[in-house]
Amino acid sequence: MEAFVQLESTCMPFWRDDIDTDQIIPARFLKGTTRTGYGQNLFYDWRYDEQGQLKPASASVFNDPRYAGAQILVSGHNFGCGSSREHAPWALKDFGFCVVIAVSFADIFYNNALKNSLLPVALPKQVVTGLIEAVQADASCQVVVDLATQQVQLPGGAQHAFDINPFRKQCLLEGVDDVGFVLARLAQIEAWEAARP
Amino acid sequence: MPDRSKTLYEKIWDAHVIEQVTDGPSVLYIDRHLIHEVTSPQAFAGLAQRGVGVRRPDKTSATVDHSLPTTPRNEPIADAQAKNQIETLRQNCAAHRVTLYDVESGQQGIVHVIGPELGLTQPGQTIVCGDSHTSTHGAFGALAFGIGTSEVELVLATQCLLQAPSKTMEIRVEGCLKPGVTAKDIILFIISRIGVGGGTGHVIEYTGSAITGLSMEGRMTVCNMSIEAGARAGLIAPDHTTVEYLRGRPCVPQGEAFDEAAQAWLALKTDDGAVYDRQILLKAEDIEPMVTYGTNPGMALGISQTVPAAMSDGDEDYVAALAYMQLEAGQPIAGTAIDVAFIGSCTNSRIEDLRAAAAIAKGRKVHHRVRGLVVPGSEAIKQQAESEDLHRIFMAAGFEWREPGCSMCIAMNGDMVAPGQACASTSNRNFKGRQGKGSRTFLMSPAMAVAAAIEGALVDVRTLAPAGLDAEGVC
Ligand code: SF4
Repeated sequence: MEAFVQLESTCMPFWRDDIDTDQIIPARFLKGTTRTGYGQNLFYDWRYDEQGQLKPASASVFNDPRYAGAQILVSGHNFGCGSSREHAPWALKDFGFCVVIAVSFADIFYNNALKNSLLPVALPKQVVTGLIEAVQADASCQVVVDLATQQVQLPGGAQHAFDINPFRKQCLLEGVDDVGFVLARLAQIEAWEAARP
Repeated sequence: MPDRSKTLYEKIWDAHVIEQVTDGPSVLYIDRHLIHEVTSPQAFAGLAQRGVGVRRPDKTSATVDHSLPTTPRNEPIADAQAKNQIETLRQNCAAHRVTLYDVESGQQGIVHVIGPELGLTQPGQTIVCGDSHTSTHGAFGALAFGIGTSEVELVLATQCLLQAPSKTMEIRVEGCLKPGVTAKDIILFIISRIGVGGGTGHVIEYTGSAITGLSMEGRMTVCNMSIEAGARAGLIAPDHTTVEYLRGRPCVPQGEAFDEAAQAWLALKTDDGAVYDRQILLKAEDIEPMVTYGTNPGMALGISQTVPAAMSDGDEDYVAALAYMQLEAGQPIAGTAIDVAFIGSCTNSRIEDLRAAAAIAKGRKVHHRVRGLVVPGSEAIKQQAESEDLHRIFMAAGFEWREPGCSMCIAMNGDMVAPGQACASTSNRNFKGRQGKGSRTFLMSPAMAVAAAIEGALVDVRTLAPAGLDAEGVC
């Protein structure tokens, strides 16, 4: 797994609640057998019209050149609800996002994101709405997300702390994944199995 | 001294924790790992990269369901990508000695349908699958939840997961269900009350007489949609209904060993005095046949009701949802025209669902504008239904009778709702585009979906067949 330490980037404002994984990557694009290549279909139905043409910037924030290259996606409550598809964080990463700032996250998405170096940052609603307003007013403003100190520096300089499980934080900082961690405990697992009928 | 009082969830959790990592998650042992073609290939590829194998193939079971066409099995799979996914699963299972319940084994089906059917699902177990509706198996008093592909890889490699404990919530539904009201209506009612984020961070235990009165099929329908309330999992304590459902299934202990296991299962319940983090009490009498009207499962109402207005001015999401569904605030939901009716999915494709659907379809005709599909959840259910002649009832009414799979629930296999079309569906998600780009989904019970197919519009099934409808609950 790729390490995540710090990111300074512009933001994409996507102020919606309950964005489900069928929006992030529709099921019809899940027929691959690899972890890559999903970015082109990220938020497909939000980005493309019925004829498969890119929607105008006025109709889709994802097509607005002012936000092109933003590595931080900003959204509302319950981001990533619905299915367990890890294709959702894969697609977000593949498209170029490294951080999702939202008011809250759905459980499975949150876990899946952490396992793919996509940092989910939950901040209070008024902080997120303030951030949305700031980037809508000036798309070029930068946000700094620092994992070690668990701080987000908003446009204008205000700092906001965010929560993350200390274990998950260490895994991200070091780029260590779960499989290696648990494989190192095989003897313990075998002993536990042996003690049960 | 006995331990302090524990909830059912805490008991199962505690019995499976191998290690509590300092400041981190627990190493949780997994008793049963179910896999399918869509979320496993990348996990197997990851194993290959690490040079490790499947640690416990005996605790891993596979089937094909999501991408598989529901057309006759002798027809080739036209979609090259779907075909590749299915072939990849076959190769991976063969290489790692994982049992695959493949097409035409007589045991293939939707992963959450065949687990219980084969008796792979048992009380007290931890069960995971790379699919969020793994919550279905909680109906047996198993701690069952969906995982992502990285976790599938982790479980394949180690038979363990890294997990933090969840909070607990009791949802108690007391009383008698009115005739014509089913398990599907209970769960849609619950989600409409607590919202799609209402269960976030929690494992829900369903209790109360309206729940214990349900058959195992009904309990599975309720637990299935726990994830739609945002919950990690749903649970129902095992009882005699559970034991009798499991008796004689191929993968449960047989003979005396079964009775011994059953004793242990029956003891598995929340202790008196155990404390849940949250409790909700609902009355079964308040529930009528439900339908969804919006673009998430929390946007549900009784069939006699009118589409509500936005709770607050300027609620853009709500306005967008109604516009997408082509509905207006204040209009009665009954009478909304539909184009497709889909009876299937891991929520409502079991034999009892098909019987309830057939009871309404019998002697009637699907509306001439409507395409109706019945997709049994498994090969075994299909066989059972055919032995009861249910397929003849469906076909005589004008429904298509198809091969088992996920089908129009997720629209990955070619079974799709066309843009703008409305579907009365027994599945679990009404997200925008879930059943095909631009599709409009109305979720409801099997009987309600058949009634809608016949009327060509959403209708209270009780007006169609006033007599002869059984309540699922017993008083
Ligand atoms: S039937 Fe639908 S919800 Fe169930 S496993 Fe298949 S795709 Fe998922």
